[in-house]
Amino acid sequence: MSRPGLQAGWIAAALRTELPGLGLVSSELPAPKLRRSPAGVREHLDALAVRFRGADALVLRQRPVPHAYRVFFRHVGLDPDVTRVPVEAAWMERLVHGGFRSQGLLDDALTIALVETGVPVWALDADTLDGPLGLRLAEEQERLGGEADGVALPAGRIVVADATAPVAPLFDAAAVGRRVTRRTHRMLLFAVHVAGISAMQIEEALWMCAETLGAR
Amino acid sequence: MVVIAQRPAAPAFVAQGIDEAAARRTLRTQVARLERELAALAVHASPRDRIDWATGPHAGPRLLGLGELERLRDDLAERLHEVQRVLAARAAREAERRALLERMLRDPGRHRFVRISQADLGEPGCGVWHVRPRLGLVGMLAGWWQVKLSSGCPLAEGR
Repeated sequence: MSRPGLQAGWIAAALRTELPGLGLVSSELPAPKLRRSPAGVREHLDALAVRFRGADALVLRQRPVPHAYRVFFRHVGLDPDVTRVPVEAAWMERLVHGGFRSQGLLDDALTIALVETGVPVWALDADTLDGPLGLRLAEEQERLGGEADGVALPAGRIVVADATAPVAPLFDAAAVGRRVTRRTHRMLLFAVHVAGISAMQIEEALWMCAETLGAR
Repeated sequence: MVVIAQRPAAPAFVAQGIDEAAARRTLRTQVARLERELAALAVHASPRDRIDWATGPHAGPRLLGLGELERLRDDLAERLHEVQRVLAARAAREAERRALLERMLRDPGRHRFVRISQADLGEPGCGVWHVRPRLGLVGMLAGWWQVKLSSGCPLAEGR
């Protein structure tokens, strides 16, 4: 699969000033069929699980990418020892379950990109989005997804948003109506860039995800 | 009459805004440094140390104000200090145990039935150093003492 075209997201002025280095990069792709992963992808997951040992869990937080996310978590009021940074959460699951369980092609591709690069990637249904994605603070009485029955967001919460509504709290699951489903035609992958991580590492994560989704 | 030249006061909100932004940047730098130091210590910690790494309740991701950043910095500094204290205490305990093991090996007869586990020495495995009499009761009566290292972790037992 060719390298995906990358688009830099917008960042609200308040966030840009306070958190230099914060960014969002997205890439639009045709949606994959939500099916069982091909054997090659499942083997890749198995190989990742074998490559990882318990001692790696201890040193993981000292590696540059997880460290950068841990510092960012601290800076935005999250405790990375309570709300684990995504790659640590993935490794923890690997330790608990004894391996990475295959959960379908899209989830497996996101897991492979995360574990290989340390950079978390999320996927949204591109047809449900209004304009490019960005990061901003939630306003008073906003709801996730902009839907009347969406989860209420406290004012000031950092969210991933399109032109009209927040689509996901930062580092959390997207609104139900914005997720990739069997009816999705176009998909938007995105990753959050924080200080201490190079643009190349973000690109690598998105590329790896796209390549896995194109696996036969 | 003496006229004291007064400096025109800068608008309070501007001065405060500039200082606060700089202070927040400084605090974020300090938080990053503390996080790096805590991560380095985490490698040396073991579950037996029962260290609580969490620094308190936290809401979702948001921009922290000066006061919150100060509290976070202080909490992390306190946590770092606590972790250093726990690890230093364990290191001292292990050094004491290693010295005792050396004395046991030199003169088992003066350390009858003393046991030191590998964990007490900071070593991996389930082995235990144990001063026991050679040939059981005969050794006890004859004063023949030796240090034995048990063979390791017990085998898993079926239910």
